[in-house]
Amino acid sequence: MVEFLQLILSGLAAGSIYALAAVGFTLLWQASQTINFAQGEFVMLPAFFVLVGMTVLGMPMWPSVLFALVLSLLILGVMFKKLIVEPMLPHGTLPLVIATIALGLLMKESVKEFYGATAQPFPPVFPQTVYNIAGASISVQDLGNLAVSMLAIAGLQLFLNRTRTGRCMQATAQNPAVAEILGVNVKRMVMYTFLVNAALATVASVLISPIYLAKFSNGETLGLVAFIAAIVGGFNQIRGALAGGLLIGVIDNLSAVYISAAYRNAVPLILLIVIILVRPQGLLGTSEGRTV
Amino acid sequence: MLRKLLGTSAVVLALSAPPTMADVKIGSIVELSGPGAAAGTNFRDGVKLGFEEVNAAGGILGEKVQLLEYDSQTDPQVSRAMVQKAIDEGVYVITGTVYSSSTVVNMLVAQQAGIPQFTGSEAPSITQKGNPYIFRTAFGSQKGMPKVAKYMAEEMGIKKVAIVWANTEFGKGGYGAFMEQAKIYGFEIVADVPTEQAQTDFSADVLKAKNSGADAVFVYLTEEESARFLREAQKQSIGLPMIGETTLIGAKVIELAGDAANGAMGHVGLTADAGIPAVSEMVARFKAKYNYTPDHNAIKGYTSAWTIKCVTEMIGSTDRQAFADKMHGLTLTAAECPGVLMDTSWDDTGEMSRESFFVVVEGGKQTVKAVLPPN
Repeated sequence: MVEFLQLILSGLAAGSIYALAAVGFTLLWQASQTINFAQGEFVMLPAFFVLVGMTVLGMPMWPSVLFALVLSLLILGVMFKKLIVEPMLPHGTLPLVIATIALGLLMKESVKEFYGATAQPFPPVFPQTVYNIAGASISVQDLGNLAVSMLAIAGLQLFLNRTRTGRCMQATAQNPAVAEILGVNVKRMVMYTFLVNAALATVASVLISPIYLAKFSNGETLGLVAFIAAIVGGFNQIRGALAGGLLIGVIDNLSAVYISAAYRNAVPLILLIVIILVRPQGLLGTSEGRTV
Repeated sequence: MLRKLLGTSAVVLALSAPPTMADVKIGSIVELSGPGAAAGTNFRDGVKLGFEEVNAAGGILGEKVQLLEYDSQTDPQVSRAMVQKAIDEGVYVITGTVYSSSTVVNMLVAQQAGIPQFTGSEAPSITQKGNPYIFRTAFGSQKGMPKVAKYMAEEMGIKKVAIVWANTEFGKGGYGAFMEQAKIYGFEIVADVPTEQAQTDFSADVLKAKNSGADAVFVYLTEEESARFLREAQKQSIGLPMIGETTLIGAKVIELAGDAANGAMGHVGLTADAGIPAVSEMVARFKAKYNYTPDHNAIKGYTSAWTIKCVTEMIGSTDRQAFADKMHGLTLTAAECPGVLMDTSWDDTGEMSRESFFVVVEGGKQTVKAVLPPN
């Protein structure tokens, strides 16, 4: 029982990070009807902005996080939309998908050239204290990651459902032409979506890097897991991304112990195939409506 | 007319003149991207530093070394193509690759062309295939594991072992070599946990080892995964000795794992903290040049560069076959070739042998517990 509890707690902590990254897929799908295959790199990059702030500019940690947030909003939000998405979108979805793959490679290789190929230690956001809950160990870091991820996603849901700007963003996602007729500033709403994704990526990066360590190639694994989580949960629902992320985190841990550690990477893929066959819209996704 | 003739003659002479560029070409084929980039970059930088010093010391047989670099992308098939490219460009000797899964593939290409190759890989199969052109710059795991297992059994009295290993060519080699020793020393394997390359979450793996009833955990993962494992083990208060090879207790692991590395122990072929002045000085020069602490891969690369210089000058020519022949059964001492850092021998299979160390991490540094004789 203790073993099971330990696996569930650790799985939820890891899954909450997958969920944050998976939300990015959902948001950009709604805003531009494309899959951002650089999403993993979007989560990898802000950690290096923080390290640049701390080691190159000599700033303390929290100002460096703020510095990273500003850079992420500019580069992963504004510049990504203006320089990649807007010019590519008229040519269709496929060229844009290819462009995001290329962007991911460019980001990865740039970080490697600038910061080196080896992993870097990253300062922890939370105290390193470990608690014992009914015999299972859980760190403040794990609890913090889980809480911050949940709050970020719940806050996003509230923003989208309870504020005028959030509703305008939803209207834009549902039908941009009609939203424009109704007086919604569609371009601005789409820009907000990109900014929200950049901010969430920064949060995910700061939470995950003390555990993953900051490395140029972190996006490879994270991007794939988050993509699977988004599909499993439902690609057009934020709460689906949350459910998918948590589910993948827990299943990964359970399968490593109770099935086989050798096949743990295969289990999420099998789950993905089963979900696609049984419920193509994902566990919490809707088959027709598109809601941000 | 005369001016035209002289001009034409000058152009012809210029074109037919022998090149003044370096003539000794060395192919450096390593993992500069992909999951192996950290190890590959270290190895490459070690090779570069070694050959820069070789060139500063007059080159090889008076000729400068030209280093041609290729990125294997940590992909065995790409590494194979890069070895072929290097051969087509006329390299004398190849250095690399580091990842065993690449080396077992690309060394066959170098063998066909008769090109000597120095690898940083540790999988036992590499020197067991009868390739007369492959040479290691570090112990194969079949050399290191007997030393570790002997220490675990005789000095630590361990009987039950949980083994956590990387499910890659590198990991499989070490796993197989350790399991052979486990039979010899009568270890009971109470947990057998394979892990994936670039795995990030080790909570389930630590839990399996912790609940197995083992006296110790044998960890055979690459550096970054080792650091993550040690941190998770600390979080779960594993309470067991963790023993491994260089990749569990190297400088990079200590840097990444922080406090969690304290208490980890194992066998290392090369360590900056061994108290060997030549190694410490090389590490200092490396840090000054590249601004990071070299790991064992960098030392492997560095020693391969100096071995190439010293052996070539022993045979007196850049004859590849003579080079390969000379390497077999050779002992190169640090006195005659200071760049090898320690006295080193190679047997008929290209496997190397030298003194090594059993260390424990204390206060964020390696402390040598025992100097282990060559085997």
